[in-house]
Amino acid sequence: MATTSPWNKTLVKQGWYKRNEIAITPWLFLVPGLIMFAIYVVFPIFQSFRISLFKWDGLGSLATHGEYIGMANYEKLLTRDRSFNISLWNNLKWLIFYLASIPAGLFIALFLNQTVRGIRLYKSLFFFPFVISQIVVGLVFTWFYDPQYGLFNGIIGFVGFEPINVLGDPTLSTYGVIAAGLWPQTAYCMILYLTGLNSVDPEQIEAARLDGAKGMRMLWHVILPQLRPATFIAFVVTVIGSLRSFDLISIMTNGGPFGSSRVLSFYMFEKSLSEYGFKMGYGAAIAVILFLIMMMFIGYFLWRMYQDEKAANR
Amino acid sequence: MFPKPIKKSSRAWQLGYQALLPIVMLLWLAPLLAVALFSIRPDSDFLVGNYWGWPSSFEMIKNYGMVFGSAMPRYIMNSFLITIPTVIGAVALSCMTGFALGVYKFRGNLLIFFMFIAGNFVPFQILMVPVRDLTLDMGLYNTKTGLVLFHIAFQTGFCTLFMRNFIKALPYELIEAARVEGIAEWRIFWYVVLPLMKPAIAALSVLIFTFIWNDYFWAIVLTQGENAQPVTAGITSFNAQFRAMYHLMSAGSIIAALPPVLMFFLMQKHFIAGLTLGAVK
Repeated sequence: MATTSPWNKTLVKQGWYKRNEIAITPWLFLVPGLIMFAIYVVFPIFQSFRISLFKWDGLGSLATHGEYIGMANYEKLLTRDRSFNISLWNNLKWLIFYLASIPAGLFIALFLNQTVRGIRLYKSLFFFPFVISQIVVGLVFTWFYDPQYGLFNGIIGFVGFEPINVLGDPTLSTYGVIAAGLWPQTAYCMILYLTGLNSVDPEQIEAARLDGAKGMRMLWHVILPQLRPATFIAFVVTVIGSLRSFDLISIMTNGGPFGSSRVLSFYMFEKSLSEYGFKMGYGAAIAVILFLIMMMFIGYFLWRMYQDEKAANR
Repeated sequence: MFPKPIKKSSRAWQLGYQALLPIVMLLWLAPLLAVALFSIRPDSDFLVGNYWGWPSSFEMIKNYGMVFGSAMPRYIMNSFLITIPTVIGAVALSCMTGFALGVYKFRGNLLIFFMFIAGNFVPFQILMVPVRDLTLDMGLYNTKTGLVLFHIAFQTGFCTLFMRNFIKALPYELIEAARVEGIAEWRIFWYVVLPLMKPAIAALSVLIFTFIWNDYFWAIVLTQGENAQPVTAGITSFNAQFRAMYHLMSAGSIIAALPPVLMFFLMQKHFIAGLTLGAVK
């Protein structure tokens, strides 16, 4: 067996691959996805951190045209920028009021969780607002609020109130935009709860009924605990959605009037790519702060998922 | 079933419920119905202040014809040319990553998985400046390709989460049986796992189609102008062109919203299955 040449080599080679196949295969499958994700998501996060330490107008490369200024961007943001404060407060308003979509979605899901003729079509139609783009939702609500011919003012005029220019009023504009955002988000939560209600254990309900539970008590003590996975997902998507709000603001108020409806994501965009010159470094600093706020929630979600994973693997 | 099935309630409440359903639905969709109504009015209705009355004439064909005579078809075409490659790319990549993370046990598995999930939740703004820069450097600014590449990469995060959990729930015995037969690992992927993933692929495709079609932020960050912008971004220039012509702006919005809506109604089962993954245990 001393002679065989290339034939033997390939055998050896195959042997090595075969022996390690199970260890190598996952990496081969991961490589394309990981490379794309690293280039477009992971590295940019670190780059943004770096850019936030510079004064840079985005022209030329950061190394040659950027001016390193350390933490100056952050210092200005946190101490001397009133617009940043307003944006941060508006983010908080979004976060709190957007959560209303969870009980609202549950309410509609309970209303629709019946078996009558045509109910499937009704469920789809209620879900409708989530499918259309936020741009169209924004346009629809801009016209809805229009002081002259909007449906909103048509209704309150009918009841006898003076017309209100919701989006033109600095104290109301943010709430007006949030209300528009609640529309699709409630539809999303509704569909989560409808699916959850489908899988509620009927025997437990019967048992509780025999014990005399009904209405709110039944909902609170029997149904909601079983809906916990749905509630968790609704919470995750609503929190993320509220912090990501951008499209609606951009379409409905463009941050105004007088910057009163900006949020961090919008303010960042405005600073970085506005017609008044590109302040990439300052924008990146805003993005970093938004990222850190988001990271607190993401950390919590991941921790919850990690607990689930551990439980699943025993 | 909760709440109490309507069939077990009194006859009056049954009828009341049936009557309530369409009313509540009309209220829920009122803002949208208003726009639909606007889109078939003649422009003269707006001049005389007839916003909510019966339209003086039905101008559906004329209004929508005007929309199709504008740059709108270009934008719609762009949207398709951006959305479809993204769906294919992201689903293909995540089938592979999902397979790797769902089937194999190796060090760093959970870490990579969590990295994908976390990346999928980050605010877009933290990526904006570097990604715009990268796209400029590659000469892909204001091209559909530039937008598609980014979308594929970003959506891979969400898709991986979805695919991995789906694959993890498949019976592992299938894979072990195939291994005992001495089938190569990539063949296991191709012939054993992939055929079982069809429902997940369908659900994910519909979801990603809708997400990407409705994207606005990246469209305005990475493109400008008719030759690359998708319809979400194009509609703002369309509206600037037809400022205060509400019948046309309404018709344009409805056209822009239509493809994902059709997709949803045709693939409803898959769409909802995808969206509610994890909502039940």
